[in-house]
Amino acid sequence: MPKSKSAYSTPGKIGKLERHILVVWVDNEAGVLARVAGLFSGRGYNIESLAVAEVDKKKHISRITIVTEGTPQVIEQIKLQLKKLIPVHKVADFKRNDKEILFREMALFKILGNSKKQTKVKIICKKYNPIILDKSSKSCVIQVTALRREIDKLTLDLRPYGLISTSRTGAVAMTKGAKIFN
Amino acid sequence: MPKLFTGAEIVFKALIDQKVEYIFGYPGGAVLPIYDELKNHKSVKHILARHEQGAGHAAEGYARSSGKAGVMLVTSGPGATNAVTALTDAYMDSVPLVCISGQVPTHLIGTDAFQECDTTGITRPCTKHNWLVKDVNKLSETLHLAFEVATTGRPGPVLIDIPKDIQFKKGIYKFTNNKLKKKLNGKATSKISNKDLDKFIEMMKSSTRPIFYTGGGVINSGPEASTLLRELVSITGFPITSTLQGLGAYPGDDQQFLGMLGMHGTYEANNAMHDCDLMINIGARFDDRITGKVDEFSPNSKKIHVDIDPSSIGKNIKVDLAITSDVGQLLKSLIKRFKEKNKNFLSSNKHNTSKWWEQIENWREKKSLNFINSNKVIKPQHAVQRLYEITKDQDTYITTEVGQHQMWAAQHYKFRKPNRWMTSGGLGTMGYGLPAAIGVQIAHPEKLVVDIAGEASVLMTMQEMSTAVQYRLPIKIFILNNEYMGMVRQWQELLHEKNYSESYTAALPDFVKLAESYGCVGIRAKTPDELDEKIKEMVNINKPVIFDCVVDKSENCFPMIPSGKPHNQMILGPEEEEEISDEGKILV
Repeated sequence: MPKSKSAYSTPGKIGKLERHILVVWVDNEAGVLARVAGLFSGRGYNIESLAVAEVDKKKHISRITIVTEGTPQVIEQIKLQLKKLIPVHKVADFKRNDKEILFREMALFKILGNSKKQTKVKIICKKYNPIILDKSSKSCVIQVTALRREIDKLTLDLRPYGLISTSRTGAVAMTKGAKIFN
Repeated sequence: MPKLFTGAEIVFKALIDQKVEYIFGYPGGAVLPIYDELKNHKSVKHILARHEQGAGHAAEGYARSSGKAGVMLVTSGPGATNAVTALTDAYMDSVPLVCISGQVPTHLIGTDAFQECDTTGITRPCTKHNWLVKDVNKLSETLHLAFEVATTGRPGPVLIDIPKDIQFKKGIYKFTNNKLKKKLNGKATSKISNKDLDKFIEMMKSSTRPIFYTGGGVINSGPEASTLLRELVSITGFPITSTLQGLGAYPGDDQQFLGMLGMHGTYEANNAMHDCDLMINIGARFDDRITGKVDEFSPNSKKIHVDIDPSSIGKNIKVDLAITSDVGQLLKSLIKRFKEKNKNFLSSNKHNTSKWWEQIENWREKKSLNFINSNKVIKPQHAVQRLYEITKDQDTYITTEVGQHQMWAAQHYKFRKPNRWMTSGGLGTMGYGLPAAIGVQIAHPEKLVVDIAGEASVLMTMQEMSTAVQYRLPIKIFILNNEYMGMVRQWQELLHEKNYSESYTAALPDFVKLAESYGCVGIRAKTPDELDEKIKEMVNINKPVIFDCVVDKSENCFPMIPSGKPHNQMILGPEEEEEISDEGKILV
């Protein structure tokens, strides 16, 4: 055993990491995002992606979708800590591989190239609902919606075809069927 | 049209409606309108501290000894940043504290104005919640909500930042009981199910080696919870140990009490925690000073955890039965249900736990709190014991600073009632005890209040002696003076090859003269012979006293659990030191 010169105990075994999606309903008030983000940074949790916008204009409720990774114990702790925040109304939690949940991210790609290249790009993006938002003889901006790993792959695949800029959102999530989050 | 009040008036109206009698604070530019209003509200008395940290700890001492929320009032910028230590301390130890801070006028926020800081940003991680009030019409609502957040669920500090222009502006005042039904720290309002209670009782009945492990949650739940705890312990006949914060919830001199557990807990308490088959955690949080290495913490026991804060459950240790509840409520329903079905539990269960008690008595035989006394120098443990013997027959309130003296106080001073013991456990704030004693004395003007202190800690907030003298608060500062930061020195002796790097304080003040310069009384004791007489002298003076108790410089605090070791491998005293320093694995 290594020599411990600490007034604290040595770390124990670390459990298996799981990727989770947390959906958090909050009052849309000043500083609420800082409270949520600060909880993650202050307690050493990880935010992989974050999407937030007001979803109820009347009640000023925002919906935050957070992708995070941690052991089951850490995920449980994140949920409990989030619920303690005063502006938080409810928290829903899903494993990334949950089949009942839909996930989507959106990305904008700017492509530099002639119409030949642009056509190829459209073909590569075909499966991911491509929409051309802007087009000129030398460039185009294309919007796709897909899963994270698919967008990761697209950014690699498009590089030879003149991809010069990528902008993407965090994941948003929704349940399948008639059920809603609770 | 409703009557309009200025922001400053609204602050006082809210304080009065919240039945606040004392506020602890320090004025400054951004809170002047509130201070100006003070003269119109005679029922709210202001205690002028000498530093905002002192104001905060005094408010904490007031809160912990009275069960009410402590209130502090500070200015913007440095006033707010100085309050951060006290807020964090209150956050870690679950003390209800309401901090009102001034802020620069709204139109200057964000311009780096004079004495501006991002107060709500800085205090966000050390409060339960905080507010920057930008609309005077929302001020009263915010203040009342603040009190509710601070005092409900697991208590804690809150902060309300009020810009100076809002203090002048006129607005409406409303006092409606807030409906924070949504959650008191999650789900404290949830009912305790009979199923859980029956499981609880079943686990108690089938256990042969049970132990109660109780903490600050019992104290925070109010005096009734302590009474109920005593009843539960008495009708079950189980042994009980307590955390540092829980001392006083159960009488320290009772036969069923095994003493404090944890790093400097007793041999019997820690061994019982390690070997038990049922651990009943009531209002404690499996802190790392208690568990040591979590993988080897009480390996063969079933565990029950009662906590008001759902995020405390399962954070460090997995348990078999978790109940999210206020301690008092849980104990009440548990005892009721237990008594209904188990009339003669104590006598019928005696043989079940008799072997366990035999084992505990064997551990007790070790007398782990013993120390080698001297007739030449005062041993610090002896000093605490003498203080206890001389003051135990009156209702004494003890505060402490942080370090060796704090552990000796916890080990050797036996508390019989809750709310008599105020110490900084979670944050470990040196300088806590003196201002906390001021707050305690304010809440209990007729009682004896003693700060068991170290000379290094007490110098951190020594300026508050001036506060004590100003308000004629006869607090007693009982300094165990070994000229070292004792706990640091002990770690260095045991972990760092006796390299006493910067832990000796040269050029200490003469505490007797220091006391005189503040206008209070200084007493010094140098030998064991004169100790009793001097302590009696201190107790009998109706003025603040600084007591300079010159103690053995090299005494270490035992017993202790070395780092990386489970509870059943404690070090009992200096004769075992050689062995540990070889391994060099001491967790102090």
